[in-house]
Amino acid sequence: MLFDLELLIVTGKGGVGKTTVASALAWAAADQGKRVLAVELDATGDLHTALIGPRPGTHQPPRVGSQAGSQAPYKPVERQPRLWSMSMDPEESLKEYLRTFLKIPVVTRIGALSGMFDFVANAAPGVREIVTMGKVCYEVRERHYDIVIVDATATGHIVGQLDAPQAINELVGAGLIRSQTGWMQAILRNRARTGVVVVTTSEEMPVVETVELLHRLEERVDVGVAAVVVNRVLPEPLARADLALFGEIKTNQSNQKALDRMVGGNSAAMRESIEFAVQQRRNSEVHLTRLLEAIGTTPVAFVPWLSGAEPGPSSTGAVAELLGEELGWS
Amino acid sequence: MKQYGPISFASSCGDARVLIVCGSGGVGKTTTAAAIASAIAASGKKVLVLTIDPAKRLATALGLETVGNTETQVSLPTTSRIGGQLWVAMLDTSASWDDLVRRHAPDHDTRDRILANPLYRNITQRFVQSHDYIAMERLHELSESDRFDVIVVDTPPSRHAIDFLEAPERMKDFFSSTLLRWITLPYRLGGERAGRLGYLASKPFYQVADRILGSQFLQDVAEFFLLFQGMYNGFVERATAVAQLIGSTDTAFLVVTTPEPAPMHEADYFTAELAKRGLRLGAAVMNRVAPPAMQAISGQAPLCADSVAVASSFLERVRHDSAASGANSGDPSMSAMRRIAVAAAETHVQQVQLAEHQRRQFQRFCPQAGFRVALPESADPIDNVESLMSLGRRIVDAPPAPSARGPRSASKRRS
Repeated sequence: MLFDLELLIVTGKGGVGKTTVASALAWAAADQGKRVLAVELDATGDLHTALIGPRPGTHQPPRVGSQAGSQAPYKPVERQPRLWSMSMDPEESLKEYLRTFLKIPVVTRIGALSGMFDFVANAAPGVREIVTMGKVCYEVRERHYDIVIVDATATGHIVGQLDAPQAINELVGAGLIRSQTGWMQAILRNRARTGVVVVTTSEEMPVVETVELLHRLEERVDVGVAAVVVNRVLPEPLARADLALFGEIKTNQSNQKALDRMVGGNSAAMRESIEFAVQQRRNSEVHLTRLLEAIGTTPVAFVPWLSGAEPGPSSTGAVAELLGEELGWS
Repeated sequence: MKQYGPISFASSCGDARVLIVCGSGGVGKTTTAAAIASAIAASGKKVLVLTIDPAKRLATALGLETVGNTETQVSLPTTSRIGGQLWVAMLDTSASWDDLVRRHAPDHDTRDRILANPLYRNITQRFVQSHDYIAMERLHELSESDRFDVIVVDTPPSRHAIDFLEAPERMKDFFSSTLLRWITLPYRLGGERAGRLGYLASKPFYQVADRILGSQFLQDVAEFFLLFQGMYNGFVERATAVAQLIGSTDTAFLVVTTPEPAPMHEADYFTAELAKRGLRLGAAVMNRVAPPAMQAISGQAPLCADSVAVASSFLERVRHDSAASGANSGDPSMSAMRRIAVAAAETHVQQVQLAEHQRRQFQRFCPQAGFRVALPESADPIDNVESLMSLGRRIVDAPPAPSARGPRSASKRRS
C-alpha cells in the first residue's frame, strides 16, 4: 500500500507530468486522512500551481524564478486540510542544519555564509544534493507528517540525488556532513519507509528512460521503486469486437455510405479522426508492452489522457481521483 | 536588426555558423537538431551536429552505434549537393573533460595527478553544470578549428535551458572566486609555513567549513583546485571567447517546444531571456502538433466546422434516443456500425477541439522569431538518414508562418 510508506520520491522524464502526479498523490494521501508534506525540489513553483492554482493576476503559472516570490516558501504552509507544501532551498536548508547541529547562530557569526555555501556546494559534488535530501529525510525522521511526497528532479538527475549520501561517504572522511549520511541512507534504503514513484507516458523516450532508471536505481542506489505511473494513457477508441468492421469501412464504399447516412452527413473527416486515434493507440501499446515487460511486479497505475487539462487544482484533483481508483485506495 | 514579419529559414538562420537548439526536456530537441543539420548538409555545406545522449534509434539512423566523443562522418544520400557533409559527435562529458585536461595541463605531472584525483572524477561526472560547461568548451574548440561551415548544438538536458547560457560565466566566477583562494590559502603556503595553518584554522570560516566537511576533505578539495590553478587563465579565456561567440551574429538560437503548457512556458521564458541578453533568436519550432491543427496552421483547410456540426448533432440525437429508450451507448444491442459512428463522432469533436487549442498555441508561440514552423505528430519513426533529411527539409523549406501578433505579420497573412 503506497501510503503506508513515509517517503515517496516522484521522478520522471521532463514533460511527462511529474509535478501533476506528485501533487495528485499528495492530494489523495491527504484525502485518506494522512498528514502530508509535499516538497518541491527545484523551486519552479509548479507544485504550488498544481495545488492551489496560478497566482491571482498572472495568466500563466509561474516559472523558474522569472516572477520573484512565486514559488512556495521554504517553510511549509498548510494548503488544504492535512496537506502542507514547501519549496526546497538548499541554502536555507544548510542554515537550518547548522543551527540544529552546530548549535550556533551561524548567520550572525559568518557574514559570507551564502558565498561559502555556493562554494562548498559547487566544489564538493553531492553537498547540494545531500543538504536537500537531508532536509527531506529529517522531516521523515522527525515524523511531523505521516508521509512526505517529493516532486523530485527528472530521471537524468535523480540517481545523483539519491546517491548523494554514498558519494559523500566515498569522498569525505569526516565532518558533520559525513556523520549525517548513515541515518539518511537507513531511511532511503528501507523499502518499508521509502519508495520511488516513476512517472512516464506511453511514448518511446519516456519509456526508454524509465526502463533505464529502474535498472540504475536497483544497481546504484538500492532504493525501492514503489510504483510506476503511466500518465496520459490514450483511450481505446473502439471495442476490439468492432475493429473488423472498422477495417471494412476503410476500404468499402458502401459501408462508408452507410456511415454517412447514420451520422447524417459526410463522415470522411470523422473516419480520418478515429483512424488516427486507433493508430496512435496502437503505437502507444508497443511502448507500453515494452514497459510492462521491464517492470516485473512493480505496481503500475494508468492515468488516462485528460483532454485540455491545464496545470491547476482541478486537473490535480481529477488525477488524484483516477490514481485512487487505479491503486485501489479510494 | 530585429525582424518582425514572417521570413524563411534561409533568411532567418542561413548565415549563422552556430545554431543552438534549446527547449525543455522531451520536446524532441535532439531529433530537431539532427534533422536541421542534415538538411543544411544536403544543401552543400559541411555541418557538424553536436548531440547529447541521442535516442537509440536516432543514433542508429546516424550510424552512431560505435561513435563516441570524436566527430564521425555520416554518409548522405547521393541526391545531396556536392561538398555537403554531415558530421556528428556525441558529447561524452567524462571523455571531454579528460581531453581538456590533457590539452591544457601545464605539465605531465599535473595532468596525471588531476586525472588520478578522486574528486576530479566526481566533479566532472556529478557536478550538474559540468555538462553545460563542457558542451561550451567543445563548441569553442570546434568553432576555433574552422573545420565546419555550420555547427548545430543540441543543448544538454539541463534543469532549465538557461543554465546552458550561464555556464561560461559561472565557470569564470567559480575559478576566480575569493572563497576558492581562501580555501586553498593554507595549502598554498606550503609545508615549511605550516605553523600559519594553526592561525588560519582559528578563523570562523575554516572552523565552520571544517566542522561541516572535515579537514581531510578540505585538503583534498584544496589540492584539486591547486592542480587546476595552472589552467585557470585558459578557462577564463575560453569562457570569455565562448560568451563572445554566442553573443555574436554568427550564432542563432532555435527554440523548440510542443503545444503542452509546460514546454510552452519554458519556451516563453527562454525567449525572454534571449531578448534580455541581446542574443539572436533565429527560429522557433513546435513539434508534435495534431494533424488537423497542422492543416489549420498551414492554411490548407479551415478547421472542419461542417463536420463538427454533423458529428455534434449526430451525438445529440444518439443521446436523445438512448435517453428515450432507457439505454446507454454501451448497449450491446446497438449495432457495431452505430458504435463506430459514435466513437468516430466523439473522437472527431475532441480532435478538432484539441487542434483549435494547438493552433492558438502556435499563433502565440515565439512571435519574436522571424521563422516559425509547426511539425506534425508523426507515427513514422525517424530511423534512417532519409527520414531525418526529409524532416529537416520540412523545417528549412517551410513557408514563413505568420504569428498572431504584430500588424505587419497580420497584413501579410495569406488566406
